[in-house]
Amino acid sequence: MATNATTSNGLRPNEIEVRDLCRRFGRQEVLQHLDLGIPRGQITTIVGPSGCGKTVLLKHLNLLLRPDSGAITIDGVEVTRLGNRALDAVREKFGMLFQAGALFDSMTVYDNIAFPLVEKTNLKHDEIAERVHETLAAVGLDGMEGKFPSEMSGGMQKRAALARALVRRPKILMLDEPTTGLDPTRTGAIHELIRTTQQNFGLTVVMVSHDVPAVFAISDRVAFLNHGQTHLHGTVDEVMAAEDAVFKRFLAGRAAGDDDGASLAG
Amino acid sequence: MSIAGLIERVGAFVLDGITDLGDFVLFLIYSLLFIFLPPYKPRLWIRQIRIIGAESIVLIGLIGAFTGMVLGLQGYNTLDRFGAAGALGTLVALALVRELGPVLAALMVAARAGSAMAAELGSMQATEQVDALTVMAINPVQYLVAPRMLAGIVSFPLLTTIFDVIGIYGGFLVGVGLMGASKGPYFSGIASNMDSHDVAIGLWKSFVFGVIVMWVCCYKGYNAQRMATGVSRATTEAVVLSSVLILAFDYIIGAILL
Repeated sequence: MATNATTSNGLRPNEIEVRDLCRRFGRQEVLQHLDLGIPRGQITTIVGPSGCGKTVLLKHLNLLLRPDSGAITIDGVEVTRLGNRALDAVREKFGMLFQAGALFDSMTVYDNIAFPLVEKTNLKHDEIAERVHETLAAVGLDGMEGKFPSEMSGGMQKRAALARALVRRPKILMLDEPTTGLDPTRTGAIHELIRTTQQNFGLTVVMVSHDVPAVFAISDRVAFLNHGQTHLHGTVDEVMAAEDAVFKRFLAGRAAGDDDGASLAG
Repeated sequence: MSIAGLIERVGAFVLDGITDLGDFVLFLIYSLLFIFLPPYKPRLWIRQIRIIGAESIVLIGLIGAFTGMVLGLQGYNTLDRFGAAGALGTLVALALVRELGPVLAALMVAARAGSAMAAELGSMQATEQVDALTVMAINPVQYLVAPRMLAGIVSFPLLTTIFDVIGIYGGFLVGVGLMGASKGPYFSGIASNMDSHDVAIGLWKSFVFGVIVMWVCCYKGYNAQRMATGVSRATTEAVVLSSVLILAFDYIIGAILL
């Protein structure tokens, strides 16, 4: 079920549409009637204090969690009531970079990146090899095929994980805290890589990040969540110019290194 | 605490227990079902049979040998008091094939491979590798658990057989070689007093123990809390629960197939 109008070229303006999403864990209502539109071909960064529901929202977008109520439309398909087989078809449209990389530590970089192709496509051995080398080159890791994840730095692991997320040429890329645990130099390099990759592959990118305000430099749009709701949403300029006391306090807290995770009072 | 509050807490406790038990049983059903559903992954099956079965052979051989040697020693000592040392082979073989072989082999594999399996799956869960499989549209139970279940079902009866054979020769070595029991009656006693029913009981037990160990260890690892202490707790619980269930089902199967 489509929830938004189409544009003149027949495409919906939003690749992902979230409507009235609610999710409760025990007595804690983590997502409270959350609405959000993720435009096609842009980088949308989701920010907010710890515990505001960013990661839970991302786990709904990548279909790891199902909501209690509400709707999520991905590329025109309403996914919240789909069965497992139909969900797998939707999952083929996106790649996911997990916070810790989630590379399989018993496999080499080559095997990790080839894994989705080996398991989910009928490509021949040499076609897979070509695609893996091409993707590794795109993230600046050519020559690292034989390494195991444990033999690589944190930044290189993130690059390899990004390569695995990209190897099936997805339309949507989801990133969960892609620079966590990296020093400022590597953080900048990963940000630049995300921007370049998005442009080269024409991806819709949804990113959860704590790296505020540095991450705004590569973002097109920002969604600021608080208490399980979208508190602010717009282009980076619009959000930065908003006279919103809660967002200003969040930014000031981040700048002062406040990472205690308390949600901000409205 | 008010009466209503107490009832609410007891109710929540009971409901949680029933939900957990349901998850536990469903996990077994899916693990077994996915063995028969495509896509088939013979490479993964062989790898798990190597890890669970082939790599346990030395340990199983050692434990089997020592168990048989102890049975030979104590068995001869006891039987000789009643002038029945000729029944040593029968005693050693029946004890091993019906009881000690399946139970000790299962306990050893639970301690060696089961704990490692729970830790590996728990660690994969903690580092989001299981979520990564799901996001790639690969069913984690089918990819990670079903091959282990199949490997357990194949390996446990084979390991138990190895345990039994080495144990019988261990008993022979000590009972006949060191203690002086007669060589002939040792094996002829086994041949005349043991039948296929005794062997079948041992093999049925090892089959059930294989399912139990894989089920419990995979379930505990797969559902480990996503932290270091969660993995260590899952590993401990996997071995303890497997061991308890092995001994409980040893009695149940023994009573049914007696």
